[in-house]
Amino acid sequence: MLKIENLRAEVGGTEILKGLSLEIGAGEIHAIMGPNGAGKSTLSYVLGGRPGYEVTGGSVTFDGQDLLELEPHERAAAGLFLGFQYPVEIPGVSNVQFLREAANAQRKARGQDPLSGGEFLKLAKEKAGLLKMDMEMMKRAVNVGFSGGEKKRAEMVQMGILDPKFAVLDETDSGLDIDALRVVGDGINAIMRESGKGVLLITHYQRLLDYVKPDYVHVLAKGAIVKTGGPELASQLESEGYEAVAA
Amino acid sequence: MTDDIVMDHLPTRRDEEWRYGALDTLKGMSKDIFENWRDIDVPAGESMCETFVLDAADGPDLTRLRVNIGEGATAAIFAVNTGAPYSRMEVVVRCAKGAHFEFGGVTIGGGDATREFVTRIAHDEPDATSNQVVRAVHWGKAVGNFLGRIDVVKEAQKTDAAQDFKAILLEKGASANAKPQLEIYADDVKCAHGAAIGALDQTAAFYMAARGLPPELARKLQIRAFVADAFLALEDEARQEELLERALAVLDRKL
Ligand SMILES: Nc1ncnc2c1ncn2[C@@H]1O[C@H](COP(=O)(O)OP(=O)(O)OP(=O)(O)O)[C@@H](O)[C@H]1O
Ligand SMILES: [Mg+2]
Repeated sequence: MLKIENLRAEVGGTEILKGLSLEIGAGEIHAIMGPNGAGKSTLSYVLGGRPGYEVTGGSVTFDGQDLLELEPHERAAAGLFLGFQYPVEIPGVSNVQFLREAANAQRKARGQDPLSGGEFLKLAKEKAGLLKMDMEMMKRAVNVGFSGGEKKRAEMVQMGILDPKFAVLDETDSGLDIDALRVVGDGINAIMRESGKGVLLITHYQRLLDYVKPDYVHVLAKGAIVKTGGPELASQLESEGYEAVAA
Repeated sequence: MTDDIVMDHLPTRRDEEWRYGALDTLKGMSKDIFENWRDIDVPAGESMCETFVLDAADGPDLTRLRVNIGEGATAAIFAVNTGAPYSRMEVVVRCAKGAHFEFGGVTIGGGDATREFVTRIAHDEPDATSNQVVRAVHWGKAVGNFLGRIDVVKEAQKTDAAQDFKAILLEKGASANAKPQLEIYADDVKCAHGAAIGALDQTAAFYMAARGLPPELARKLQIRAFVADAFLALEDEARQEELLERALAVLDRKL
Protein backbone atom coordinates (compact mmCIF):
# COMPACT_ATOMS: atom_id res chain seq x y z
CA MET A 1 0.00 0.00 0.00
CA LEU A 2 3.02 2.28 0.49
CA LYS A 3 5.83 2.05 -2.02
CA ILE A 4 8.95 4.15 -1.63
CA GLU A 5 11.38 3.98 -4.51
CA ASN A 6 14.89 5.37 -4.54
CA LEU A 7 13.84 8.37 -2.45
CA ARG A 8 16.28 11.24 -2.13
CA ALA A 9 15.67 14.25 0.08
CA GLU A 10 17.52 17.30 1.34
CA VAL A 11 17.18 19.37 4.47
CA GLY A 12 18.83 22.78 4.53
CA GLY A 13 20.86 21.90 1.44
CA THR A 14 22.24 18.65 2.92
CA GLU A 15 21.19 15.34 1.39
CA ILE A 16 19.80 13.15 4.18
CA LEU A 17 17.88 10.42 2.34
CA LYS A 18 20.12 8.88 -0.29
CA GLY A 19 18.10 6.52 -2.40
CA LEU A 20 15.79 4.85 0.10
CA SER A 21 13.48 2.07 -1.09
CA LEU A 22 10.82 0.30 0.95
CA GLU A 23 7.53 -1.40 0.21
CA ILE A 24 4.85 -2.04 2.79
CA GLY A 25 1.83 -4.14 1.88
CA ALA A 26 -1.68 -3.84 3.30
CA GLY A 27 -2.03 -5.64 6.64
CA GLU A 28 1.71 -5.40 7.33
CA ILE A 29 3.66 -3.83 10.14
CA HIS A 30 7.26 -2.85 9.43
CA ALA A 31 9.79 -1.58 11.93
CA ILE A 32 12.68 0.71 11.13
CA MET A 33 15.65 0.84 13.44
CA GLY A 34 18.84 2.76 12.97
CA PRO A 35 21.47 4.92 14.61
CA ASN A 36 20.85 8.52 15.68
CA GLY A 37 20.98 10.88 12.74
CA ALA A 38 20.40 8.10 10.18
CA GLY A 39 17.40 9.91 8.68
CA LYS A 40 14.46 8.11 10.30
CA SER A 41 12.59 11.24 11.35
CA THR A 42 13.52 12.85 8.05
CA LEU A 43 11.80 9.95 6.27
CA SER A 44 8.64 10.49 8.34
CA TYR A 45 8.63 14.24 7.65
CA VAL A 46 9.19 13.70 3.93
CA LEU A 47 6.24 11.28 3.89
CA GLY A 48 4.15 13.89 5.72
CA GLY A 49 5.23 16.71 3.39
CA ARG A 50 6.88 18.98 5.93
CA PRO A 51 8.01 22.31 4.41
CA GLY A 52 11.81 22.49 4.17
CA TYR A 53 12.18 18.78 3.43
CA GLU A 54 12.87 18.81 -0.26
CA VAL A 55 12.50 15.69 -2.34
CA THR A 56 15.20 15.63 -5.01
CA GLY A 57 14.57 12.21 -6.49
CA GLY A 58 12.56 9.00 -6.39
CA SER A 59 8.87 8.42 -5.77
CA VAL A 60 6.34 7.51 -3.11
CA THR A 61 3.09 5.81 -4.05
CA PHE A 62 0.29 5.45 -1.50
CA ASP A 63 -2.61 3.23 -2.55
CA GLY A 64 -1.74 3.85 -6.17
CA GLN A 65 -1.62 7.63 -5.71
CA ASP A 66 1.46 9.86 -6.01
CA LEU A 67 1.85 10.86 -2.35
CA LEU A 68 4.47 13.53 -2.99
CA GLU A 69 2.05 15.51 -5.15
CA LEU A 70 -0.37 16.05 -2.26
CA GLU A 71 -0.33 18.88 0.27
CA PRO A 72 0.30 17.77 3.89
CA HIS A 73 -3.39 18.05 4.88
CA GLU A 74 -4.42 16.14 1.75
CA ARG A 75 -2.07 13.31 2.72
CA ALA A 76 -3.81 13.13 6.10
CA ALA A 77 -7.23 13.05 4.44
CA ALA A 78 -5.95 10.30 2.15
CA GLY A 79 -5.34 8.25 5.28
CA LEU A 80 -1.74 8.92 6.31
CA PHE A 81 -1.00 9.54 10.00
CA LEU A 82 2.29 10.78 11.40
CA GLY A 83 3.05 10.07 15.05
CA PHE A 84 5.62 12.72 15.96
CA GLN A 85 8.87 12.01 17.79
CA TYR A 86 8.32 15.40 19.45
CA PRO A 87 4.59 16.20 19.51
CA VAL A 88 3.95 19.91 19.14
CA GLU A 89 2.23 22.19 21.66
CA ILE A 90 -0.65 24.37 20.46
CA PRO A 91 -1.47 26.90 23.18
CA GLY A 92 -5.10 27.94 23.50
CA VAL A 93 -6.50 25.12 21.33
CA SER A 94 -8.01 22.20 23.24
CA ASN A 95 -7.51 18.59 22.14
CA VAL A 96 -11.25 18.22 21.73
CA GLN A 97 -11.57 21.30 19.54
CA PHE A 98 -8.45 20.47 17.52
CA LEU A 99 -9.37 16.86 16.86
CA ARG A 100 -12.97 17.60 16.03
CA GLU A 101 -11.89 20.20 13.48
CA ALA A 102 -9.26 17.81 12.12
CA ALA A 103 -11.61 14.82 11.91
CA ASN A 104 -14.28 16.88 10.19
CA ALA A 105 -11.81 18.49 7.78
CA GLN A 106 -10.70 15.00 6.76
CA ARG A 107 -14.29 13.83 6.42
CA LYS A 108 -15.14 16.86 4.31
CA ALA A 109 -12.18 16.17 2.02
CA ARG A 110 -13.46 12.61 1.59
CA GLY A 111 -17.01 13.75 0.89
CA GLN A 112 -18.40 12.47 4.21
CA ASP A 113 -20.80 14.29 6.53
CA PRO A 114 -19.25 15.99 9.56
CA LEU A 115 -19.52 14.42 13.02
CA SER A 116 -21.87 16.26 15.35
CA GLY A 117 -20.56 17.46 18.71
CA GLY A 118 -22.19 14.48 20.43
CA GLU A 119 -20.90 11.92 17.95
CA PHE A 120 -17.41 13.31 18.21
CA LEU A 121 -17.37 13.30 22.02
CA LYS A 122 -18.53 9.69 22.06
CA LEU A 123 -15.70 8.74 19.70
CA ALA A 124 -13.14 10.76 21.69
CA LYS A 125 -14.24 9.12 24.95
CA GLU A 126 -13.96 5.67 23.43
CA LYS A 127 -10.43 6.25 22.08
CA ALA A 128 -9.22 8.04 25.21
CA GLY A 129 -10.54 5.04 27.16
CA LEU A 130 -8.69 2.65 24.89
CA LEU A 131 -5.44 4.47 25.68
CA LYS A 132 -6.42 4.90 29.36
CA MET A 133 -6.24 8.66 29.05
CA ASP A 134 -8.39 10.87 31.27
CA MET A 135 -10.99 12.89 29.32
CA GLU A 136 -10.00 15.89 31.45
CA MET A 137 -6.68 15.91 29.59
CA MET A 138 -8.57 16.02 26.31
CA LYS A 139 -10.07 19.33 27.38
CA ARG A 140 -6.63 20.86 27.92
CA ALA A 141 -4.66 22.65 25.20
CA VAL A 142 -2.95 20.31 22.74
CA ASN A 143 0.20 18.91 24.39
CA VAL A 144 0.66 22.04 26.53
CA GLY A 145 2.10 21.01 29.88
CA PHE A 146 1.85 17.30 28.98
CA SER A 147 4.73 15.12 30.17
CA GLY A 148 6.82 13.33 27.55
CA GLY A 149 4.91 10.10 28.06
CA GLU A 150 1.52 11.84 28.10
CA LYS A 151 2.30 13.43 24.75
CA LYS A 152 3.03 10.03 23.20
CA ARG A 153 -0.15 8.59 24.62
CA ALA A 154 -2.10 11.60 23.33
CA GLU A 155 -0.66 10.97 19.85
CA MET A 156 -2.20 7.51 19.92
CA VAL A 157 -5.56 8.90 21.07
CA GLN A 158 -5.38 11.21 18.06
CA MET A 159 -4.61 8.25 15.83
CA GLY A 160 -7.57 6.36 17.26
CA ILE A 161 -9.94 9.24 16.57
CA LEU A 162 -8.65 9.95 13.07
CA ASP A 163 -8.57 6.23 12.17
CA PRO A 164 -5.91 6.37 9.41
CA LYS A 165 -5.13 3.72 6.82
CA PHE A 166 -1.40 4.03 7.29
CA ALA A 167 0.59 5.24 10.28
CA VAL A 168 4.23 6.26 10.52
CA LEU A 169 5.05 6.22 14.23
CA ASP A 170 8.30 7.96 15.05
CA GLU A 171 9.65 6.71 18.39
CA THR A 172 6.18 6.54 19.91
CA ASP A 173 7.69 4.28 22.59
CA SER A 174 10.35 6.67 23.84
CA GLY A 175 9.35 8.43 27.03
CA LEU A 176 6.75 5.82 28.02
CA ASP A 177 6.91 4.02 31.34
CA ILE A 178 6.59 0.23 31.45
CA ASP A 179 2.82 0.17 31.95
CA ALA A 180 2.21 2.92 29.42
CA LEU A 181 4.27 1.01 26.87
CA ARG A 182 1.88 -1.92 27.12
CA VAL A 183 -1.19 0.34 26.89
CA VAL A 184 0.21 2.07 23.83
CA GLY A 185 1.28 -1.22 22.24
CA ASP A 186 -2.23 -2.66 22.76
CA GLY A 187 -3.68 0.58 21.41
CA ILE A 188 -1.63 0.42 18.22
CA ASN A 189 -2.76 -3.17 17.69
CA ALA A 190 -6.40 -2.29 18.33
CA ILE A 191 -6.38 0.69 15.99
CA MET A 192 -4.08 -0.42 13.20
CA ARG A 193 -4.04 -4.20 13.02
CA GLU A 194 -6.54 -4.63 10.20
CA SER A 195 -6.27 -6.18 6.80
CA GLY A 196 -6.49 -2.88 4.91
CA LYS A 197 -4.05 -0.95 7.11
CA GLY A 198 -0.32 -0.62 7.45
CA VAL A 199 2.19 0.67 9.99
CA LEU A 200 5.77 1.87 9.85
CA LEU A 201 7.20 1.83 13.38
CA ILE A 202 10.37 3.78 13.96
CA THR A 203 12.00 2.66 17.18
CA HIS A 204 15.30 2.20 18.97
CA TYR A 205 14.18 -0.64 21.21
CA GLN A 206 13.00 -4.20 21.03
CA ARG A 207 10.47 -3.75 23.86
CA LEU A 208 7.73 -2.05 21.78
CA LEU A 209 8.13 -4.80 19.19
CA ASP A 210 7.28 -7.37 21.90
CA TYR A 211 3.78 -5.87 21.94
CA VAL A 212 3.43 -4.80 18.32
CA LYS A 213 4.97 -7.69 16.41
CA PRO A 214 6.45 -6.53 13.13
CA ASP A 215 6.38 -8.60 9.95
CA TYR A 216 9.66 -7.04 8.82
CA VAL A 217 12.49 -5.16 10.46
CA HIS A 218 14.72 -2.78 8.48
CA VAL A 219 17.92 -1.05 9.38
CA LEU A 220 18.19 2.53 8.14
CA ALA A 221 21.72 3.91 8.11
CA LYS A 222 23.15 6.96 6.37
CA GLY A 223 19.93 7.65 4.49
CA ALA A 224 19.19 4.22 3.05
CA ILE A 225 17.84 0.81 4.06
CA VAL A 226 20.95 -1.32 4.55
CA LYS A 227 19.45 -4.53 5.91
CA THR A 228 16.04 -6.20 6.10
CA GLY A 229 14.95 -9.21 8.11
CA GLY A 230 12.21 -10.71 10.26
CA PRO A 231 11.45 -9.90 13.92
CA GLU A 232 14.62 -11.77 14.94
CA LEU A 233 16.70 -8.96 13.39
CA ALA A 234 15.50 -6.61 16.14
CA SER A 235 16.78 -8.89 18.90
CA GLN A 236 20.03 -9.42 17.05
CA LEU A 237 20.49 -5.63 16.79
CA GLU A 238 19.67 -5.22 20.45
CA SER A 239 22.35 -7.69 21.53
CA GLU A 240 25.03 -6.95 18.94
CA GLY A 241 24.51 -3.29 17.93
CA TYR A 242 24.26 -1.60 14.52
CA GLU A 243 27.98 -1.63 13.78
CA ALA A 244 28.24 -5.40 13.96
CA VAL A 245 24.94 -6.28 12.26
CA ALA A 246 24.59 -3.74 9.49
CA ALA A 247 28.18 -2.87 8.62
CA MET B 1 2.22 79.33 6.60
CA THR B 2 -1.47 80.05 7.17
CA ASP B 3 -2.16 76.29 7.10
CA ASP B 4 -0.19 75.76 10.28
CA ILE B 5 -2.01 78.49 12.12
CA VAL B 6 -5.42 77.12 11.23
CA MET B 7 -4.49 73.53 11.92
CA ASP B 8 -2.50 73.83 15.14
CA HIS B 9 -5.00 71.66 17.00
CA LEU B 10 -3.81 68.68 14.93
CA PRO B 11 -1.43 66.28 16.67
CA THR B 12 2.15 65.97 15.42
CA ARG B 13 4.77 63.24 15.58
CA ARG B 14 6.48 65.10 18.38
CA ASP B 15 3.51 64.15 20.53
CA GLU B 16 4.66 60.96 22.23
CA GLU B 17 1.13 59.56 22.16
CA TRP B 18 0.68 60.15 18.43
CA ARG B 19 4.09 58.98 17.26
CA TYR B 20 2.79 55.96 15.33
CA GLY B 21 -0.54 57.50 14.28
CA ALA B 22 -1.65 57.88 10.67
CA LEU B 23 -1.58 61.65 11.02
CA ASP B 24 -2.05 62.40 7.34
CA THR B 25 -5.57 60.98 7.57
CA LEU B 26 -6.45 63.63 10.16
CA LYS B 27 -5.91 66.61 7.87
CA GLY B 28 -8.91 68.90 7.83
CA MET B 29 -10.51 67.47 10.95
CA SER B 30 -12.04 70.12 13.12
CA LYS B 31 -10.90 71.05 16.57
CA ASP B 32 -13.97 69.77 18.44
CA ILE B 33 -13.26 66.20 17.31
CA PHE B 34 -10.06 66.31 19.33
CA GLU B 35 -11.88 67.66 22.35
CA ASN B 36 -14.55 65.03 22.29
CA TRP B 37 -14.08 62.80 25.32
CA ARG B 38 -16.60 60.50 26.89
CA ASP B 39 -16.44 60.40 30.68
CA ILE B 40 -17.12 57.24 32.61
CA ASP B 41 -17.34 57.43 36.40
CA VAL B 42 -17.35 54.27 38.45
CA PRO B 43 -18.48 55.08 42.01
CA ALA B 44 -16.64 53.56 44.96
CA GLY B 45 -17.22 49.84 45.34
CA GLU B 46 -19.04 49.41 42.02
CA SER B 47 -17.99 47.81 38.79
CA MET B 48 -18.56 48.39 35.08
CA CYS B 49 -17.71 46.49 31.95
CA GLU B 50 -18.08 47.71 28.40
CA THR B 51 -17.16 46.23 25.06
CA PHE B 52 -16.40 48.07 21.83
CA VAL B 53 -16.18 47.11 18.19
CA LEU B 54 -14.36 49.82 16.25
CA ASP B 55 -14.98 49.07 12.62
CA ALA B 56 -15.14 52.40 10.79
CA ALA B 57 -14.90 51.77 7.07
CA ASP B 58 -14.05 55.33 6.11
CA GLY B 59 -12.44 56.83 9.19
CA PRO B 60 -10.37 58.39 10.64
CA ASP B 61 -12.13 57.31 13.77
CA LEU B 62 -11.20 58.42 17.26
CA THR B 63 -12.73 56.87 20.35
CA ARG B 64 -11.68 58.67 23.52
CA LEU B 65 -12.64 57.60 27.00
CA ARG B 66 -11.85 59.10 30.39
CA VAL B 67 -12.45 56.57 33.12
CA ASN B 68 -12.49 57.55 36.75
CA ILE B 69 -12.46 54.49 39.01
CA GLY B 70 -13.50 55.14 42.58
CA GLU B 71 -12.19 53.50 45.72
CA GLY B 72 -12.38 49.71 45.51
CA ALA B 73 -14.23 49.94 42.19
CA THR B 74 -13.52 48.05 38.97
CA ALA B 75 -13.67 49.10 35.34
CA ALA B 76 -13.21 46.66 32.48
CA ILE B 77 -12.98 47.64 28.83
CA PHE B 78 -12.62 45.24 25.92
CA ALA B 79 -12.32 46.25 22.29
CA VAL B 80 -11.86 44.87 18.82
CA ASN B 81 -10.30 47.44 16.51
CA THR B 82 -10.66 46.69 12.80
CA GLY B 83 -11.29 50.20 11.46
CA ALA B 84 -9.71 51.96 8.50
CA PRO B 85 -7.81 53.88 7.41
CA TYR B 86 -7.00 55.12 10.91
CA SER B 87 -8.78 53.82 13.97
CA ARG B 88 -7.61 54.87 17.37
CA MET B 89 -8.92 54.19 20.83
CA GLU B 90 -7.61 56.23 23.71
CA VAL B 91 -8.38 55.40 27.29
CA VAL B 92 -7.29 57.66 30.09
CA VAL B 93 -7.80 56.12 33.50
CA ARG B 94 -7.52 57.31 37.05
CA CYS B 95 -7.45 54.68 39.78
CA ALA B 96 -8.40 55.56 43.34
CA LYS B 97 -7.36 53.47 46.35
CA GLY B 98 -7.80 49.72 45.77
CA ALA B 99 -9.37 50.21 42.34
CA HIS B 100 -8.86 47.80 39.45
CA PHE B 101 -8.69 48.53 35.74
CA GLU B 102 -8.84 45.77 33.17
CA PHE B 103 -8.21 46.31 29.48
CA GLY B 104 -8.29 43.79 26.63
CA GLY B 105 -7.76 44.97 23.07
CA VAL B 106 -7.30 43.37 19.67
CA THR B 107 -6.20 45.15 16.53
CA ILE B 108 -6.70 42.99 13.48
CA GLY B 109 -6.77 43.59 9.75
CA GLY B 110 -4.93 44.27 6.55
CA GLY B 111 -4.96 47.00 3.93
CA ASP B 112 -2.78 49.98 4.68
CA ALA B 113 -4.73 50.97 7.76
CA THR B 114 -3.34 51.96 11.14
CA ARG B 115 -5.14 50.68 14.22
CA GLU B 116 -4.07 51.54 17.71
CA PHE B 117 -4.78 51.56 21.39
CA VAL B 118 -3.37 54.30 23.53
CA THR B 119 -3.85 54.02 27.27
CA ARG B 120 -2.72 56.22 30.10
CA ILE B 121 -3.31 54.98 33.60
CA ALA B 122 -2.77 57.16 36.61
CA HIS B 123 -2.29 55.23 39.81
CA ASP B 124 -2.97 58.14 42.13
CA GLU B 125 -3.60 56.25 45.36
CA PRO B 126 -2.28 53.07 47.02
CA ASP B 127 -3.31 49.45 46.41
CA ALA B 128 -4.78 49.83 42.94
CA THR B 129 -4.17 47.28 40.21
CA SER B 130 -4.36 47.37 36.44
CA ASN B 131 -4.01 44.69 33.81
CA GLN B 132 -3.80 45.23 30.06
CA VAL B 133 -3.62 42.55 27.37
CA VAL B 134 -3.34 43.63 23.76
CA ARG B 135 -3.04 41.36 20.73
CA ALA B 136 -2.37 42.48 17.17
CA VAL B 137 -2.81 40.45 13.97
CA HIS B 138 -1.95 42.18 10.73
CA TRP B 139 -1.27 41.60 7.08
CA GLY B 140 -0.99 43.67 3.90
CA LYS B 141 0.62 46.97 4.85
CA ALA B 142 -1.36 47.36 8.04
CA VAL B 143 0.05 48.73 11.26
CA GLY B 144 -1.03 47.82 14.81
CA ASN B 145 0.11 49.87 17.81
CA PHE B 146 -0.14 49.78 21.55
CA LEU B 147 1.09 52.75 23.51
CA GLY B 148 0.59 52.24 27.21
CA ARG B 149 1.65 54.77 29.75
CA ILE B 150 1.50 54.12 33.46
CA ASP B 151 2.01 56.86 36.05
CA VAL B 152 2.47 55.82 39.63
CA VAL B 153 2.68 58.72 42.04
CA LYS B 154 4.76 58.63 45.20
CA GLU B 155 1.75 57.91 47.44
CA ALA B 156 0.52 54.99 45.33
CA GLN B 157 2.34 52.23 47.22
CA LYS B 158 1.46 48.58 46.46
CA THR B 159 0.41 49.44 42.95
CA ASP B 160 0.39 46.37 40.69
CA ALA B 161 0.27 47.22 36.99
CA ALA B 162 0.74 44.75 34.15
CA GLN B 163 0.91 45.20 30.38
CA ASP B 164 1.21 42.44 27.85
CA PHE B 165 1.44 43.01 24.10
CA LYS B 166 1.90 40.38 21.42
CA ALA B 167 1.67 40.73 17.66
CA ILE B 168 1.53 38.26 14.82
CA LEU B 169 2.37 39.54 11.37
CA LEU B 170 1.01 37.32 8.62
CA GLU B 171 2.77 39.10 5.78
CA LYS B 172 6.04 40.94 5.33
CA GLY B 173 4.56 44.40 4.72
CA ALA B 174 2.63 44.55 8.00
CA SER B 175 4.10 46.00 11.18
CA ALA B 176 3.44 46.49 14.86
CA ASN B 177 4.73 48.92 17.47
CA ALA B 178 4.64 48.67 21.22
CA LYS B 179 5.58 51.56 23.45
CA PRO B 180 5.33 50.98 27.16
CA GLN B 181 6.04 54.07 29.20
CA LEU B 182 6.38 53.72 32.93
CA GLU B 183 6.66 56.74 35.22
CA ILE B 184 7.03 55.35 38.69
CA TYR B 185 7.61 57.49 41.75
CA ALA B 186 6.52 55.06 44.48
CA ASP B 187 9.01 52.40 45.65
CA ASP B 188 6.79 49.47 46.62
CA VAL B 189 5.31 48.78 43.21
CA LYS B 190 4.99 45.91 40.76
CA CYS B 191 4.99 46.88 37.10
CA ALA B 192 5.34 44.10 34.57
CA HIS B 193 5.36 44.64 30.85
CA GLY B 194 6.11 42.38 27.93
CA ALA B 195 6.05 42.81 24.19
CA ALA B 196 6.66 40.27 21.45
CA ILE B 197 6.26 40.50 17.70
CA GLY B 198 6.48 37.41 15.54
CA ALA B 199 5.00 35.21 12.86
CA LEU B 200 2.66 32.23 13.17
CA ASP B 201 4.33 29.13 14.56
CA GLN B 202 5.23 27.06 11.49
CA THR B 203 5.94 23.90 13.46
CA ALA B 204 2.43 24.00 14.88
CA ALA B 205 1.08 24.75 11.40
CA PHE B 206 2.68 21.57 10.02
CA TYR B 207 1.48 19.55 12.99
CA MET B 208 -2.07 20.73 12.31
CA ALA B 209 -1.73 19.98 8.60
CA ALA B 210 -0.48 16.49 9.43
CA ARG B 211 -3.78 15.96 11.24
CA GLY B 212 -5.74 17.04 8.18
CA LEU B 213 -6.42 20.72 8.78
CA PRO B 214 -6.17 22.84 5.63
CA PRO B 215 -3.86 25.87 6.06
CA GLU B 216 -6.71 28.45 6.30
CA LEU B 217 -8.42 26.49 9.06
CA ALA B 218 -5.19 25.82 10.94
CA ARG B 219 -4.34 29.49 10.78
CA LYS B 220 -7.77 30.48 12.02
CA LEU B 221 -7.52 28.13 15.01
CA GLN B 222 -4.10 29.49 15.89
CA ILE B 223 -5.20 33.10 15.58
CA ARG B 224 -8.38 32.48 17.52
CA ALA B 225 -6.34 31.11 20.40
CA PHE B 226 -3.93 34.03 20.11
CA VAL B 227 -6.49 36.83 20.23
CA ALA B 228 -8.61 35.06 22.85
CA ASP B 229 -5.99 36.03 25.46
CA ALA B 230 -7.22 39.61 25.27
CA PHE B 231 -10.74 38.64 26.31
CA LEU B 232 -9.95 36.04 28.96
CA ALA B 233 -10.86 38.47 31.73
CA LEU B 234 -14.28 39.14 30.19
CA GLU B 235 -16.56 37.10 32.41
CA ASP B 236 -19.64 37.16 30.19
CA GLU B 237 -18.91 34.25 27.83
CA ALA B 238 -21.47 35.33 25.25
CA ARG B 239 -19.87 38.74 24.92
CA GLN B 240 -16.43 37.14 24.86
CA GLU B 241 -17.53 34.91 22.00
CA GLU B 242 -19.07 37.84 20.14
CA LEU B 243 -15.86 39.89 20.27
CA LEU B 244 -13.87 36.86 19.09
CA GLU B 245 -16.25 36.36 16.20
CA ARG B 246 -16.04 40.01 15.22
CA ALA B 247 -12.26 39.82 15.21
CA LEU B 248 -12.13 36.55 13.26
CA ALA B 249 -14.69 37.73 10.71
CA VAL B 250 -12.04 40.14 9.46
CA LEU B 251 -9.68 37.22 8.99
CA ASP B 252 -12.33 35.27 7.09
CA ARG B 253 -12.54 38.09 4.57
CA LYS B 254 -8.80 37.81 4.02
CA LEU B 255 -8.71 34.03 3.60
N1 LIG C 1 17.45 21.66 9.21
C1 LIG C 1 18.49 20.82 9.06
N2 LIG C 1 19.62 21.22 8.45
C2 LIG C 1 20.66 20.37 8.28
N3 LIG C 1 20.68 19.11 8.73
C3 LIG C 1 19.58 18.65 9.35
C4 LIG C 1 18.43 19.47 9.54
N4 LIG C 1 17.50 18.74 10.19
C5 LIG C 1 18.04 17.52 10.38
N5 LIG C 1 19.29 17.46 9.87
C6 LIG C 1 20.21 16.31 9.92
O1 LIG C 1 19.62 15.22 9.28
C7 LIG C 1 20.13 14.03 9.85
C8 LIG C 1 19.00 13.06 10.07
O2 LIG C 1 18.18 13.54 11.12
P1 LIG C 1 16.92 12.71 11.63
O3 LIG C 1 16.21 13.54 12.62
O4 LIG C 1 16.16 12.22 10.46
O5 LIG C 1 17.62 11.47 12.35
P2 LIG C 1 16.98 10.23 13.10
O6 LIG C 1 17.38 9.02 12.37
O7 LIG C 1 15.53 10.45 13.30
O8 LIG C 1 17.74 10.28 14.50
P3 LIG C 1 17.24 9.99 16.00
O9 LIG C 1 17.37 8.51 16.20
O10 LIG C 1 18.24 10.70 16.84
O11 LIG C 1 15.86 10.50 16.16
C9 LIG C 1 20.87 14.42 11.11
O12 LIG C 1 22.25 14.34 10.88
C10 LIG C 1 20.46 15.84 11.33
O13 LIG C 1 21.47 16.59 11.95
MG1 LIG D 1 14.32 10.83 14.90
